[in-house]
Amino acid sequence: MSWLLAFEVPYWGQSVFRVLGGLVAVLLPAGTIVYVFLFKMMSFMQSRLGPMEAGPYGSLQLVAEVGKWLQKEDIVPANADRKIFKMAPVVVLLSTFLLVAVVPFGPDAWFTNFETGIFYALAVSSVSVLGILMAGWASANKYSLLGGLRAAGQLIAYELPMVLAVIGVVIQAGTMNLQEIVVAQNAGSIFGFDGLGNPYIITQFVGFVVFMIAIQAELTQTPFDMPIAESELVSGYMTEYSGFRFLIFFIGEFATAGVFAMIASTLFLGGWGVPFAWFGWESVDQVDNWMNFAGPVIVITKMMLITFLVMWARFSYPRFREDQLQRFAWKVLIPISLVNIMVTAVFKVAL
Amino acid sequence: MTIVNDPLNAKLGDRERLSYIASQAADARLNVELETEGMTLNIGPQHPATHGTLRIIARLDGEQVVWAEPSCGYMHRGYEKLTEVRTFPQVTTLINRIDWLGSFANEVPFILAAEKLMGVEAPPRAQWIRTILFELSRIANVSLFLGDLGVQMGAVTPVFFAFRDREYVLDLIESATGGRFHPNFDRIGGLKDDLPAGWIQETKQVMRKMRSFCDEIESLLFGNEIFQSRTRGIGVIPRDIALQYGLSGANLRASGVDWDLRRDQDSPLAWKNADWKVFTHPDGDSFARCWVRLQETREATKIVDQLLDGIPSGPVMAKVPKIIKVPEGEAWVSTENPLGEMGYYVVSRGDVGPFRVKIRSASFNNISVVPWVLRGVYVPDIITILASLYFILGDIDR
Repeated sequence: MSWLLAFEVPYWGQSVFRVLGGLVAVLLPAGTIVYVFLFKMMSFMQSRLGPMEAGPYGSLQLVAEVGKWLQKEDIVPANADRKIFKMAPVVVLLSTFLLVAVVPFGPDAWFTNFETGIFYALAVSSVSVLGILMAGWASANKYSLLGGLRAAGQLIAYELPMVLAVIGVVIQAGTMNLQEIVVAQNAGSIFGFDGLGNPYIITQFVGFVVFMIAIQAELTQTPFDMPIAESELVSGYMTEYSGFRFLIFFIGEFATAGVFAMIASTLFLGGWGVPFAWFGWESVDQVDNWMNFAGPVIVITKMMLITFLVMWARFSYPRFREDQLQRFAWKVLIPISLVNIMVTAVFKVAL
Repeated sequence: MTIVNDPLNAKLGDRERLSYIASQAADARLNVELETEGMTLNIGPQHPATHGTLRIIARLDGEQVVWAEPSCGYMHRGYEKLTEVRTFPQVTTLINRIDWLGSFANEVPFILAAEKLMGVEAPPRAQWIRTILFELSRIANVSLFLGDLGVQMGAVTPVFFAFRDREYVLDLIESATGGRFHPNFDRIGGLKDDLPAGWIQETKQVMRKMRSFCDEIESLLFGNEIFQSRTRGIGVIPRDIALQYGLSGANLRASGVDWDLRRDQDSPLAWKNADWKVFTHPDGDSFARCWVRLQETREATKIVDQLLDGIPSGPVMAKVPKIIKVPEGEAWVSTENPLGEMGYYVVSRGDVGPFRVKIRSASFNNISVVPWVLRGVYVPDIITILASLYFILGDIDR
C-alpha cells in the first residue's frame, strides 16, 4: 500500500487509519442493510412503499431515525443494575468491531492478519452473548430475563454447528488465516478449469447451508428470533432500553449481520478476490495494487447478496419455539456438519 | 409384598443400612435447597400479543406454564347498562362497537330480537342484503385474523396482505352503508338504504380477490413447516371440554362439533338460500382452529356470490311507526357471528327503549377455556393458542 502514500506512515498513523476503517466497515454496511433491506425490500415484499418522505425515496430516513433516537431520554429502570445495564449495549457492539478486525478486504487491505483468523472470529462472536445476558439480567424485567436466557441458550447451541461448518473450509484450505483462505479459493481451480477459481460454496455447499442457518440464529433473525420475539416477550432483552442505547443495540444487530455476511463471503464466495487466472496472477504477491480498492467493493457486493438471503428468510418465516430450535440444532445441524467434515477429510486425504 | 431391591429390606449390615439412610437424607436436603421458586408473569394488560387490554396472569416454572388465568374487564364499557337509557334505534350505535372488526354482524341479532318482539318482518330484499353485509363483515374480520396469525408467530409479511385485501371489503361496506367500521345501517323493519348502483359487480370482483387472498395465506402460512410445528398438537381442546366451556363458532367446530347457527337455526336471514358447507376438524388444536377459519372465509365468499345472483327486488323497509315502541315481552335471538355465537336477550316493558339487554358475546365464552388449555404449555405457545382462539377485546368486555 506504500505507493498510495509517498511517505512512510508511522505506526500510530496506521492505527488511526485502521480504527477509522473499522468504523466505516461496521457502520456503512449497517446503514446500507437497514435502508436497502429493512426499509425498502421488506416494504416491497409487503406490497407497500416504505419510507418515501425523508430524502429521495426515503434515503435519509435512517438519519431521521437516528436523530429521533439521540433526542430521546436515556431511561434506566429503578430496579436495574445501573452499571451493567448501561454497559450491555456497548459489549454487544464491541463484539462486532472485534469481529470485523480479521476480515480481509484486499491483498494488503486488512486490519489485522491473524494466523488463526477464523478461530479468533468465532471466539469473539460469542462475546455478544455476554452483552445480551447482561442486558437481560440487569434490566430487572421478567420479559428481558426470559429473552436474555433464551438468547444465551440459542447462541451457544448455534455456535457449535457454525464452528463445525467452518472446519470443512479449514480442512480444504489447509489454513485458518482468512487471507490465505481467500487466496486458496481464487488461485484454485475446478478439475483444471480455473476461470472461476474454486469458491468453496461449490465443494462445501452443505457447510455453506449450515453456516447460513447458524448465522441466522446467531443474529437472532426470524425464524430464530425468540430472544426478541416481539409478540411474546415485547422486545426480549431490549425491552427496557430507550434512546441511544437502543440505537446501539439496533446498530449492533445489523452491523453484526453485515460482518457475518462478510465472513461468509470470505469463507465461501472467494472474499475480496477475483479468480487469479483472469489476470494471470499466480500468488497473492503478484496481485495488482488496484485490488486494494476493488476488493472492498467486491466484498460489500457479496455481503449484500448474503444479507439478502438472511433478510429474505427473516421476512417470510414464522419463528420456531425454543425447544424446537434446540432440537433442530442438536439433532439436525450438528450431525449434518459432522458428516460434512468427515467427507471433506476423506476427499482431502484421497485426492 | 416386599420390595426386593429396597436396601432397607435387603440383608445388609447396620453400617450399610445407616450409610444408605444418610445418603438419602443428604439427597433430600439437596433437593430442598435446589427447589426453585416459580415466576409470575403478567402478560398484559399492555402487551403486543393481546391486541387490546387482556391480562393473562401466568405462573411459570422455567418457560412452562403451571397455572394461567385471564383477567378481563380493563375495557369494560357497560353496554348492557347503557342500552337501558337508549331508544331501540339508538342501541345499534353502541353495539356496533362490541366486535369492532365485524361491526355489522353485531347489529343483526339485536334488530332481529326487536323485530321479533314487535312482530315485524323485514322484506326479503332487506334480509338478503343483511345476510350479504353480515358475510362481508365476517370476511373483513376473519381475513385480519389470518394475517395476524403470522405476526403472533413472527412472520410479519402476511398481516400486510391481510390489511391490503381487507380494505377492498371495507370499501364495499363503506359504499353500501356509509361507514367503514361502524355501519349502523340496520333498522328495525329493514335497512336504511338500498344498495348503490354497480355495487353487485364490484362485490363479485372483490370476492374473487378474497379467494385468492385465502390461497395466498394458505400457501404462505398453512403450508409452512414452522407454522405447522408451532400449531399442530398445540392447545388441544377435546370435544367434551369445548362443549363444557361453552365454546362456539370456529373454535367449537375445530373440536369436531358440527354446529353452525346459520344452518341449524330457523332464521329469517337468507343463508338457507345459498349452497354452502360447514367445515369441522377432528383435531381441536391450534392448527384446526386456524384451518376452519380459513375455510369459512372461503365459504363466506361463496355465500356472498350466490346471494348476489339471487337477490330479490322490492322495498328494503317494512312499514314501521315513526316512533318505535316495542310491546312488552322478552326475546332471545342469536346468530353465528365471525367470532362465534352472539345473542341478545331483550326485555321490553312497552317503552321506547329496552328495559334490560343481556349480551352473550362469543369471545367471553371462548376465552373461558384459557385456564384449562394453557396449563403445561410453553410461553411461546400461550401466544399461538390465544391467537388461534381469536378474541376481540371489545367482544370480551362489552
